Parts: sequence; C-alpha cells; structure tokens
Amino acid sequence: MDVVTQLQRQFVEYTTSLYREGYLDDQFTQLQKLQDDCSPDFVAEVVSLYFEDSEKLLNNLETALRQDIVDYKQVDAHVHQFKGSSSSIGAQRVKNVCVVFRNYCDAQNLEGCMLCLQQAKTEFIVVRNKLEALFNLEQQITQAGGSIPMMA
Amino acid sequence: MECYEDDVPHVLAVDDNLVDRKLVERLLKSSSCRVTTAENGMRALEYLGLRDNNQQSGFNGKGSKVNMIITDYCMPGMTGYELLQKIKESSFFKEVPVVIMSSENIPTRINECLEKGAETFMLKPLKLADVKKLRHQLTKCEN
Repeated sequence: MDVVTQLQRQFVEYTTSLYREGYLDDQFTQLQKLQDDCSPDFVAEVVSLYFEDSEKLLNNLETALRQDIVDYKQVDAHVHQFKGSSSSIGAQRVKNVCVVFRNYCDAQNLEGCMLCLQQAKTEFIVVRNKLEALFNLEQQITQAGGSIPMMA
Repeated sequence: MECYEDDVPHVLAVDDNLVDRKLVERLLKSSSCRVTTAENGMRALEYLGLRDNNQQSGFNGKGSKVNMIITDYCMPGMTGYELLQKIKESSFFKEVPVVIMSSENIPTRINECLEKGAETFMLKPLKLADVKKLRHQLTKCEN
C-alpha cells in the first residue's frame, strides 16, 4: 500500500471514530459540504474562529463565576454563545455540556456551574486536539499528492 | 418585488455570534447570494438607513438594495423580533422578507415572529438544505 492510500485510510478511520464517539455530529459534515474550490479553506477557517472565540468565552465564564456575587444571567449569556457556536460546527460533546450548564445557571447552582465549566473546558480541549490532528492528516495527504476522501 | 441587481439576491445577515455569522455567510454565498453581515440589530438598522427612525431611501452609500434579511432571535440590545418590528414599520423595507433564526424551538416565539410578518423561522444550526429552500423562495422574482 502506498503512502497516500495509507494516509487516506487513516483519515477515514479517524473521522469515522470522531463521529462514532460523539465528538462530532452531522453539522461538521455540513461544514465540509460548504468547502469547495471557491472556498477551499472554509472548514479550517470557521473551526479556527471557533477555537479563538471559545477560548475567550471560557475565560469570560471563569471570571464571571469567580465574582463574589455571581451574575447568572451573564454566565448564561456566555454559555448560550458557547453552545451556539459549538452546535454550529458540530462539536457535539461540548454542546451537550453547555445544555447541562444552562440548567445549572437557571437554578443558580454555583457548584453545578463550576463543574460544567471544567467539563466544558475539557471537552473543548479534546475536540480541539482531535480536529487539529484531523487537519494535520489532511495536510499530510495533500502534501503526499493525494486527495482528501469524501465522507458520506 | 423588484428584481435583483446583477440577477443575484442581496441578503443582510444579522447575528451576534461570530461563528454563526461566518457560517450563514458561507451558506448564502454557496446559494448564489450576495451577503452583507451585521453583528447586531443596531448595525443592521444603520446599514438599512433606518437608524433614529430615519425613513430615508434606505440605500447605503453604495446604493445596494437588500432583497432579504435573515436575523438571529437572541441578540444583546435588540432582539431579532424587535429588529423585525422596526423593519415592518418602515414604509421602505416592510415588503422585504425577514427570516428569523434561533437555536431554541419555542412555539410561542415562532408564532410571535410569524404574526409580526416574518417570512419564516429557521432552527439553528443552519444546514445547506435549509438555505437552498430559502433561496428557491427568493427566486420568485416579479417585475
């Protein structure tokens, strides 16, 4: 098996596992459908925006939850944003944590919120690592002269 | 409804979420629309020339007409519903179709928007099929 075929196989297996393990959902496939010759880097661009934006949101959440008097409306607003963008790029696990997080905001449960913040951070870091690994594989395939397999 | 400049509809997309703004822009562009984005209701009204209830011609500096407005519901300062209201109050823009998007499927919210004259309500995250359907509706162009 030549290098390109090997890499392509790896790519397909890795992508499949990301969906199977719930890190990504169908919305990520939607993003890939929007990438074409006119917008060849669309997925990388929007995911990059997501990474940057999420870091800011996580910092804001950290700050908001460490106030002497927590403004749960503000916390909820940040979580709403984070849930929205996570949902839009297909980061399913992150989105799911945000759903629980919002419930704790409604209940004004500080402990629950702190727990969710930690979980959100963890899930975000994991999906970021996974997506970076995926983009890395894509790059390797392209550099070896191959094409990125289309996932159904 | 007038035909489009250069045969391509011009859509104003309003959303305070950066990622969603990029996504809706790409979705619309891939459906052959020209897109202008705004990060909140105020900016959208400014673009339309409706700030301070200024009922002027509504053309921005470049004189670009808007054929559709798509807006998020939950935005700070002015909600998508409030933006919809202002647009419907404008003699110049009230015929422009306004689409409301939201990540939350709340029937009372949806009905409220439709009753105010929203063209349709779309659930986020937006998909290519949703926007294609919308684009199809927009191609009904009357002279």
